[in-house]
Amino acid sequence: MQDQTNVTEPSEPLKLVLYVAGQTPKSVAAINNLERICSEKMPGKYIVEVVDLKKTPQLAREHNIVAIPTLVRQLPTPIRKIIGDLSDIEKVLVHLKVGE
Amino acid sequence: MGNAKGISKSPTGIEGFDELTLGGLPTGRPALVCGSAGCGKTLFAATFLLNGARDFDEPGVFVTFEERPVDIVSNVASLGFDMDQLVDKGKILIEHIAVDPSELEEIGDYDLEGLFLRLELAIDQIGAKRIVLDTIESLFSAFTNPAILRAEIRRLFDWLKDRGMTTVITAERGDGSLTRQGLEEYVSDCVLLLDHRVHNQVSTRRLRIVKYRGTAHGTNEYPFLIDEEGFSVLPVSTLGLNHQVFDERISSGVADLDAMLTGGGFHRGSSVLISGVAGSGKSSLSACFAEAACAAGGRALYFSFEESAAQTVRNMRSIGVDLQRYLDAGTLRHIAARPTFYSLEMHLAVMLREVVRFGPTLVVLDPISAFLGNADQLEVQAMLLRMVDFLKARGISAVFTHLMHSQDGASETDVGLSSLMDAWILLLNRETNGEYNRELYLLKARGTSHSNQVREFVMSDNGIRLIPPYLGEGRALTGSARRAQEARDRRDRAQREHQLQRQTSIIEKRREKAKAEIAALQVELEADEMELSRMLADEENFQAQVENDLAAMEKSRRARSGE
Repeated sequence: MQDQTNVTEPSEPLKLVLYVAGQTPKSVAAINNLERICSEKMPGKYIVEVVDLKKTPQLAREHNIVAIPTLVRQLPTPIRKIIGDLSDIEKVLVHLKVGE
Repeated sequence: MGNAKGISKSPTGIEGFDELTLGGLPTGRPALVCGSAGCGKTLFAATFLLNGARDFDEPGVFVTFEERPVDIVSNVASLGFDMDQLVDKGKILIEHIAVDPSELEEIGDYDLEGLFLRLELAIDQIGAKRIVLDTIESLFSAFTNPAILRAEIRRLFDWLKDRGMTTVITAERGDGSLTRQGLEEYVSDCVLLLDHRVHNQVSTRRLRIVKYRGTAHGTNEYPFLIDEEGFSVLPVSTLGLNHQVFDERISSGVADLDAMLTGGGFHRGSSVLISGVAGSGKSSLSACFAEAACAAGGRALYFSFEESAAQTVRNMRSIGVDLQRYLDAGTLRHIAARPTFYSLEMHLAVMLREVVRFGPTLVVLDPISAFLGNADQLEVQAMLLRMVDFLKARGISAVFTHLMHSQDGASETDVGLSSLMDAWILLLNRETNGEYNRELYLLKARGTSHSNQVREFVMSDNGIRLIPPYLGEGRALTGSARRAQEARDRRDRAQREHQLQRQTSIIEKRREKAKAEIAALQVELEADEMELSRMLADEENFQAQVENDLAAMEKSRRARSGE
């Protein structure tokens, strides 16, 4: 009743960008959590980009990032932002409107 | 003393503030500027940053969490700053950090490393020495986890300190505490409080240094001003009574008044109070003081709280005082401001600032009673005391006019000013015989003996003259009563002169008549004398004849008998 029907419905794939800063525990946790969410809950329906702001700090300005880690859902619009290490997978899914 | 070990300071370029803090804000440390909405925190911070970039070669980053960069640029343009130009030159960088809480979801642990990275980038980009965070508290409304925020803000301040950034952080005033989020806990070096109080619908901005570690500073509240010339703090220091005294005299511009004072005028540096009812000539007299100061080669500063410069010039021209040429020459400055325009404190501060800038030898405040409309008497008195002290300390003469509402208690000014003043000129307007006449009385003049007479005060197109009143019949008369009395006197005098002439001529005639009579008697006397002497001569002749006859007869008798 949850996964199959809804996950197949969205025609556009999710475009997600995760902003981290180096290999801090929070950043690493966020990367791992996101990988898990994507592979377990919405296989094949996503494009994930990880941006390390330590290397490209100007992107923090351009994309207006303050907190680390920040996950941005760029597509579908409107843009949604989640900050934190994404430890609560259910909440992440709700917020990404995945699994409704 | 201890300068080598003392903390170094970065000048803010804010007039008055750097003097107050003996150099400015602590270099390389954060300073917190707190205050309620609209009290000028952002402008203070912006001025600090812009002056640093423009005048002290210290580039700065303006981090705004609230206003958009365009708004900041236009806000500071009103203070006379061309921020865009400094941005183009790479002296200023505006970093807009907008956080919209509505689009954020917090899931799990996070930090504000993104903010640090952005600040680092901005600082490195222009080699900034100064940074402003305006208002960092808005982060608290964007993020819901206060524990994380507090830790991150503490880390941010430490980080800025490590980088040696001279930082200004602005924060909203909270209830019962300096800032809403207790930011003062993190900033231990310098805390400033800006305040904006409204009393009787007049607002005053005030600045107080709550804390400034490692330096002496004034602890009072100081008024500050935000105007087209920027942000200025106006320290109103209270001075002792140790000012210089001068024996030099200044003219009042009215020769007759100078003549009433032994020595020919008031002492330089005196404060002169001119009080009187409406229309008694207070402004005219004070304009004469100003003109005299300019004519003597000095500079006069005229604060008017009722009339504009043009109006004063026009009105004074009607009594033959030309102020325009001194205004043109720049030796006279006329500043008009409604008393309600600023609070008392601010008026004082602005006046002191103008005095310092202009450097006058004479200051006129016309009228001081205007302040009483919207302030407490004691406050007015305190303000004037500070004004008088300030001017005295600089050897500047001062003229204050005071509007009295009634002449009954003529020797009591509403503000109890008498003791502050060195000289007091009382202008009266008395009704006698259906007309009002102006009178001037020199109530007091410290250190100068002076006439105690009430003079009639006459304004004409040739200026002001003081006419001694008619004294007689046990009272002094002025105006047409004086003129009538004088005319009567003249008539009387003429009459008496006429009488005298008549008497003189009568006596003259009588004398001449007497003389004539004397002459006639003299003639008579002479005639009698002549008659008498003729008679005597005749008698002698007769006697001689008789003797002759007798002798002849004897001779002839003897001859006969002898024959």
